[in-house]
Amino acid sequence: MTDFGDSLSSAGLEGKGDKELQEFLMVEKQKAQFNAQIHEFNDFCWEKCVDKPSNKLDSKTETCLTNCVDRFIDVSLLITNRFAQLLQKSGGM
Amino acid sequence: MDNLSSLSGAQKDELMDQVKQQIAVANAQELLTKMTEKCFKKCISKPGTSLDSSEQKCVAMCMDRYMDSWNLISKAYSMRIQKERGRM
Repeated sequence: MTDFGDSLSSAGLEGKGDKELQEFLMVEKQKAQFNAQIHEFNDFCWEKCVDKPSNKLDSKTETCLTNCVDRFIDVSLLITNRFAQLLQKSGGM
Repeated sequence: MDNLSSLSGAQKDELMDQVKQQIAVANAQELLTKMTEKCFKKCISKPGTSLDSSEQKCVAMCMDRYMDSWNLISKAYSMRIQKERGRM
């Protein structure tokens, strides 16, 4: 899913300006990335939040799953920002 | 491949349909693989000589819950993306 861009240019589409196809592929690529991200979230949030499978997800589990996504993104943002700060402090490596 | 830019409208539609279909298949495969792995782990603690009925029931329930969870997370993730967009 990661190399649509590469195959675009190797297929000679880029520059030749088939706008419609390019836009279509961009949108599909974004959708695919979104889906891949959900698969990943579901993978580890399932481990963290779901006990024995029962007749339905109870509300505690649902809250845990929702929080799991939000907190993961928080951590990701926090680490990105702090890492950028560290890089800056050390003079850009 | 260098004729891609001179596709007719119908050819283009066909290409787009194919791309969409391939993505859908890949997505379903990913879900299937993940579900099998997760539900095996949750439901079969000690593999016996056959899948007994309680294990089968557990696997069926686990599948349904895994998809519930997928949908819930999809919702949470899109809401978060929207929130972050609003912040920019």
